[in-house]
Amino acid sequence: MSVQPWEVLAFSGLIFFIGLAGVMIRKNILVVLMCIELMLNAVNLSFVTFSRIHQDMGGEMAVFFIIVVAAAESAVGLGLLIAMFRTLRSVDTDQLTLLRE
Amino acid sequence: MQISPLFFYLFAILAVVCALLVVLKTNPVTSAFNLVMVFFAFAGIYALLGAHLIAGLQILVYTGAIMVLFVFVIMLLRADSPSLDLARGVPAFRLFVGAGGAAALAALFAWVFKHARFGAVDGPGAVAPGPYTEQAIEAAGGNTQVISELMFSEYLLPFELTSVLLLAAIVGVVAIALRQAKRPGVDQPQGLSKGAGQ
Repeated sequence: MSVQPWEVLAFSGLIFFIGLAGVMIRKNILVVLMCIELMLNAVNLSFVTFSRIHQDMGGEMAVFFIIVVAAAESAVGLGLLIAMFRTLRSVDTDQLTLLRE
Repeated sequence: MQISPLFFYLFAILAVVCALLVVLKTNPVTSAFNLVMVFFAFAGIYALLGAHLIAGLQILVYTGAIMVLFVFVIMLLRADSPSLDLARGVPAFRLFVGAGGAAALAALFAWVFKHARFGAVDGPGAVAPGPYTEQAIEAAGGNTQVISELMFSEYLLPFELTSVLLLAAIVGVVAIALRQAKRPGVDQPQGLSKGAGQ
């Protein structure tokens, strides 16, 4: 008995949708950013699995570049988060109503 | 795939439980530490799949750098007080639809993955397998060596472009921080504001 490829892919899909539900449900922007990281990780896992299935290293190279982009993204995202906190004194996405008023 | 079912299911269950806790716990610090556990579980699964370099990068970059950044920001913002953002403002109906929709989509993906013909060598949807079998990777010196050789030959241009991306990210973060320092009432060193935030 061995693990089938579809089980790994289904697991990565489950993690992706847990992250997506977190992005939609949560109001704390820190946790929203964490859920985005969760989704990026799920996509990375499916890349590695397909790389293994197709015996092609392109998938693992894609994961390498995604990790670099994720690091840059979280640095810029947390910088924006600090700017938002300085302006609004809050990390709540419901407080982002400047364009509405 | 020849990977150990015991360790795969162990890491998978750990990752799913901790991912649910990331979403459901109201304290951001608890979420952050559960996210660390998810990243470690993912690193274990990468190692099981033979992606040893990716497993190392996962621990170094995600749990080492990104999570430290998150915890640092939580500390800077003093945002570690529990925020009841799950209970507040979101009606139970909408919560149910969101969680139910996500679960339904995950089930749909699982069904599609189970019935798709990934890795088929004949028939419709077949893709010719690449040259990197396990034996070929072993013979070439292991996963890390194969990836390194590809990175500095076939993927050299994207690899160099990532340095431009990281530079742009650094400049962007500094620009955001300087624009904040220009707000009235915040004293700033003379000369820093000129031109930097314009």
